[in-house]
Amino acid sequence: MTKNESMHSAIVPPEGVWWTDVPPQEKIWITVAFIWCMILFAMMPVWHIRGGQNPSGIRHKVEPADFMARTERFVEEYKVGEESGLPVVEPPPGAHVYLVGRMWQWYPVLKLKKGVEYTLHLSSIDINHGFALFPLNINFQVIPGYDYGLKVTPNEAGDFRIICNEFCGIGHHMMVGKILVTE
Amino acid sequence: MSSAAEKLISRFRTCEVTGLRVNRDSENLIKANAVIAIVCLLIGVTAAFGLVLTRWQTVHLLPADLFYRFLTLHGLNMLIFFIIFFEMAILYFAGPVLLNARQPTPKLAWSAFAMMVIGMIMVNTMVLMGKADVLFTSYPPLEAHPLYYLGVIIFAVGALIATSLFFAALVVAKREKTYKGSVPLVTFGAMTAAIIAVITLVHGAATYIPTFLWSLRLIELDPQLYRLLFWALGHSSQQINVAAMVSVWYLLGGLTVGAVVLNEKVSRTAFVLYILFISMASAHHLLVDPGFGSAWKIWNTSYAMYLAVLASMVHGFTVPAGVEVGQRLRGFNSGRFEWLRKAPWSDPGFSGMVLSVVIFGFLGGITGVVIGTEQINIIVHNTMRLPGHFHATVAGGTALSFMAVTYYVLPLIFRKRISMWGLAKLQPWIFAGGMSLMCMSMIYMGIFGVPRRHWDSSFSNAPFSVEFHPAVWIAQASMGVGGLLAATGALLFVVIAVVTVFFGRPLTAQALREGASGIPQGVLRLPQQLHTGEQVEQVHKRGAPGTVVLVMIFFACFILYYFVNWKILSFLWKVG
Repeated sequence: MTKNESMHSAIVPPEGVWWTDVPPQEKIWITVAFIWCMILFAMMPVWHIRGGQNPSGIRHKVEPADFMARTERFVEEYKVGEESGLPVVEPPPGAHVYLVGRMWQWYPVLKLKKGVEYTLHLSSIDINHGFALFPLNINFQVIPGYDYGLKVTPNEAGDFRIICNEFCGIGHHMMVGKILVTE
Repeated sequence: MSSAAEKLISRFRTCEVTGLRVNRDSENLIKANAVIAIVCLLIGVTAAFGLVLTRWQTVHLLPADLFYRFLTLHGLNMLIFFIIFFEMAILYFAGPVLLNARQPTPKLAWSAFAMMVIGMIMVNTMVLMGKADVLFTSYPPLEAHPLYYLGVIIFAVGALIATSLFFAALVVAKREKTYKGSVPLVTFGAMTAAIIAVITLVHGAATYIPTFLWSLRLIELDPQLYRLLFWALGHSSQQINVAAMVSVWYLLGGLTVGAVVLNEKVSRTAFVLYILFISMASAHHLLVDPGFGSAWKIWNTSYAMYLAVLASMVHGFTVPAGVEVGQRLRGFNSGRFEWLRKAPWSDPGFSGMVLSVVIFGFLGGITGVVIGTEQINIIVHNTMRLPGHFHATVAGGTALSFMAVTYYVLPLIFRKRISMWGLAKLQPWIFAGGMSLMCMSMIYMGIFGVPRRHWDSSFSNAPFSVEFHPAVWIAQASMGVGGLLAATGALLFVVIAVVTVFFGRPLTAQALREGASGIPQGVLRLPQQLHTGEQVEQVHKRGAPGTVVLVMIFFACFILYYFVNWKILSFLWKVG
């Protein structure tokens, strides 16, 4: 009996040499799938060069107390008002902007300008939080001890929310912040 | 014959359906692990009802603290306890039973089982007492009671011992020459799962032992490092599921319709790719984390250039193609799709397997690869798209395939006729239908920015109002209906399995002869597992023309979904 004349199921121990030629349909599918995998892989570096949305950022370790102090300095310098007991802060174009996630608040409220680039620093001073800009759906993880500095350029004016989307205890679902973008 | 040999022989019985020599130690271990798996499934399902009825804002059943507690309970019992107990049963089956071998060191196997049960009880007790409201992920500095972490450690060590006994069984079978040739593909796949399990459990130790010490205030813990190590456990454990599930697909294909292995080389190489690359998927959870650079993210999230995805795409062809060729060998040979039309759809072992392949491939696989893309993750991370994806892989894929195989384990190992047979035939359809509806609704909501793990979609106590798109409320209702259907389907499965095990009529030779109810068609008449002669030659030439069409449809969906997501991403603010 040649090897091609027998077929068995996956519960039968195959005997003899089973390292045989691959049937043509399977061969074609594997080739197509492999090429597709290479496209999937190439898209990511290509988007770093060509695309506008990447999670690269300027990344540092930071003591939570230090990050809080930087944020307080930032608030003092550019504070323009208050809303719901939180300072509203309007930094100049190109500024380093600080946003703290803490149980259960995003601090402070930010006022940004459309078409201007800022470096948005995200960190937490207690446990993990999730930065989710709503309704745009831009999401980043916020981790205590780590400063995530992302260059952001708002492309439309509006009244945006920051939802916390990482579970952070019993008040998690009340943790909502605000970013205002003006023309 | 010596008395020792006689004693050994008395520990075996010969299966009247498959002709395999089944040793009683392995058989009892399979039974015990399967029963506890189903108990954990019941806990998970009970919690699921509470979660669905709370997330569905119109009902909003549970208070916030209970919601998060149920969420913790649900995640642990479904993702860890149910699945791993069941996988241990699969290992005891795919090792000693499929290879006609004895169970090495049954006593150690039972100790491992006892450790797993103790660990499981400790964890569940801590969660129910409200001392571990930390969700499945328990990201520090969010803290649980030290006994919670200790419970996980004891469970993991037990699982590690049980897994090592599978390798011992392979060695024993080889040395005692209980089979000829190579191990069957199903055993090879189970071995893949076992190897990944070892990698996973070692990461489990690296995660939970430091966390346990941290909870005792003995050491410091870095939250980012924890996330890296935790997901090397948390995601890799889902890769055990993938390997075990694919093995179950191959197993059920053979048992239900005599599916053949088109090419051993291809299927086995695909399993090896899993071992080599699949553990890198820890990175899927860290794509928008501050602790890692883009080069690291791209390399790891792609499993080294998507070679593990390639493996899944290969199985996605070879499994249905094997079924097609098996059916053609049984005479369903006309046209492209007679094999599919005339398949045994009323056999829950078969329908469950096929539905599992479809849900895993289309809903789980495609979404998984897309959201695991470095940049696309920005519009996905921690939204409802995540639970939408992994319910399709773990529940609609793995859990459904385990349910399907249970309909063969009950007659073949427990030797019972399945009770409530009419309901059993429907059960996979109910579960799969509900799960698909729920997953699609969750994915849809996630696209609108609805967060996961969130008690209050109305944000009534938040300092700033959040108003979702009206479509979100419709999707919530369909998620509610789908979730209730899926949970009902899972509950039906638990009831059928428990009633069968404790009150089911025994599977006798007479019942088999007469074709009594409660016996799946593959058990009643096991399809031919080995084909020779002219028929094979003919079928070999024709290949699997129906499957070619099916994978083309799959591929078109994949390409479309992938590029639509890039398009959505491109509309956002510039960020980087």
